[in-house]
Amino acid sequence: MSDKPPQKLITSNQFADPDAAFRALVEAHRGLTDEQSADLNARLTLLLANHIGDISVLREALDLARVSLENKAK
Amino acid sequence: MTTPQFRFAYQRSPDQSAKTPVRHPVVIIGAGPVGLSLAIDLAQRGIKVVLLDDSDRIGEGSRAICFAKKTLEVFDRLRCADKMLEIGVRWSVGRVFQNNEELYRFDLLPEGGHRMPAFINIQQYYVERILAERALAMPEIDMRWLNKVVGIEHLADGARVTVETPDGQYTLDADWLVPCDGARSPSRGMLGLEFKGEVFEDQFLIADVKMQADFPVERWFWFDPPFHAGQSALLHKQPDDIWRIDLQLPADADTAEERKPANVIPRIEAMLGHSNFDLEWVSIYRFQCRRLDKFRHGRVVFAGDSAHQVSPFGARGANSGVQDAQNLAWKLALVIKGQAGDGLIDTYDHERSDAADENILHSTRSTDFIAPHSTAERRLRNAALALAAHTDFAKRMVNSGRLSLPHAYQGTPLSTDDSTSWTGGPVPGQTIPDAVVTTPDGDRYLSTLLGKDMTVLAGADCEIDWPADLTILQLGKGIADSHRHIAARFHLPTNGFYIIRPDGHVAARFQHAGTQALQMALARATGRLAKAQQHV
Repeated sequence: MSDKPPQKLITSNQFADPDAAFRALVEAHRGLTDEQSADLNARLTLLLANHIGDISVLREALDLARVSLENKAK
Repeated sequence: MTTPQFRFAYQRSPDQSAKTPVRHPVVIIGAGPVGLSLAIDLAQRGIKVVLLDDSDRIGEGSRAICFAKKTLEVFDRLRCADKMLEIGVRWSVGRVFQNNEELYRFDLLPEGGHRMPAFINIQQYYVERILAERALAMPEIDMRWLNKVVGIEHLADGARVTVETPDGQYTLDADWLVPCDGARSPSRGMLGLEFKGEVFEDQFLIADVKMQADFPVERWFWFDPPFHAGQSALLHKQPDDIWRIDLQLPADADTAEERKPANVIPRIEAMLGHSNFDLEWVSIYRFQCRRLDKFRHGRVVFAGDSAHQVSPFGARGANSGVQDAQNLAWKLALVIKGQAGDGLIDTYDHERSDAADENILHSTRSTDFIAPHSTAERRLRNAALALAAHTDFAKRMVNSGRLSLPHAYQGTPLSTDDSTSWTGGPVPGQTIPDAVVTTPDGDRYLSTLLGKDMTVLAGADCEIDWPADLTILQLGKGIADSHRHIAARFHLPTNGFYIIRPDGHVAARFQHAGTQALQMALARATGRLAKAQQHV
């Protein structure tokens, strides 16, 4: 796998129906306590991180998530 | 409140003195946009209609304000659109803000060559008045104001209605009864039909205010605005310097208190930053997404909000109701004239049920985005909003209401599937796009050339002996594609043709086909396939 070209985080929309994708995430949390929701998110993060399988893309995603968090704190 | 009202006079009908109930082909309950559209459409098809309304006036608040292109095309065929366009405010741009920051803007302006704009904003009472004036001028329509339906009874081949009037009660019979009596439909209750679905917790305050303002004619939507922390807000222009304001209220807000001008006015002052406005109309509602299981019950057929209800963000209520009426009118006319079997009315149920489901799906998603159910959902929503400033994908998830587009009837028994592969153009079940074509009288919009019944749009080299009851629009024979709209929007080959239903949806299309394929597709489009197959 080392000959793979370096990947970039894709931030353009990839879903044919973005509303349906968002809805699927919302529905996954229905009926959970807040703590269960946080646990669900942690599991989901690990699953999706492994699916990406590229540490540089993962780092890029983490940076973007943090930037938007800090912007909000301002 | 200075809402204009239009009053109509109650008149005693000879039916009220009849010894036995007088029978009518069609009785419609409710003279709102749906009932009036249906009545006019049927009358234009030569069908006599009795239209009952429990009131004698129009104009209790603006209610629906956004009327979409497809609906305006329906009104155009009812010869009512010009007056609406004259009064209405055209708009195509929407902006979505979070707090003070613009997240994104969208522009619904379609390509050129469409007779109707993407949307106009116009108060429902203007739409109703224009439709009512047209209906009152039609001898086929018997309008009965202050005729309140208090009982409905199924008959073997019709329905019996008990009506209360200032002169007392009377009964009348209908071959077909169409309740268009709104979201709270008393007719539904009289037949004991359940209105199933979801009622959302959050409440919304709708206010129409009159003010001179130089905001652009755009739809502005805020998540968590500085003037209404933690909630959402909408601002949208109507005619006569009226502005629609929607403010989300907490789930536990006291409806009676919030409705009071003393509480409404400060909220609007906070939004506008001044108090130079008059309050025209206030209403508070909870989002609801509900529908009847079946829209047809024997000879009783429900249309509009009486059959299905959605939350208002997305302009899916009145628009889908008028499209129900359009779907039902041509089918009822064919059945009443004996040109189609009564099974055709089941396809109304099928097609408009699918449309209602699509509207409810979009409406539910928007509602959940605007008013998340739980902390976890709010967190996810806020994450999408936060990332929307940085990424395209999150922007696409931000949902302040997906605006009404005509439903494509997939899987309808009236469509003939494509038998060859097309590179573009509307597929069977979809509505046709408008276009400009050149006729001997000059340029015309395609939407104005469609026939009352089925229309064929054919390429120049089609050599078919067209049946006389079709409206034929054939390139090279009276119409020319000088603007290349037909080529670009229909991908129509010179040997090909489209069959377009009376409601503007494609029934079938062929790249090269003969009379037999045409006949089969026409029979299928009017629910006569079984019969046609026997003949072939």
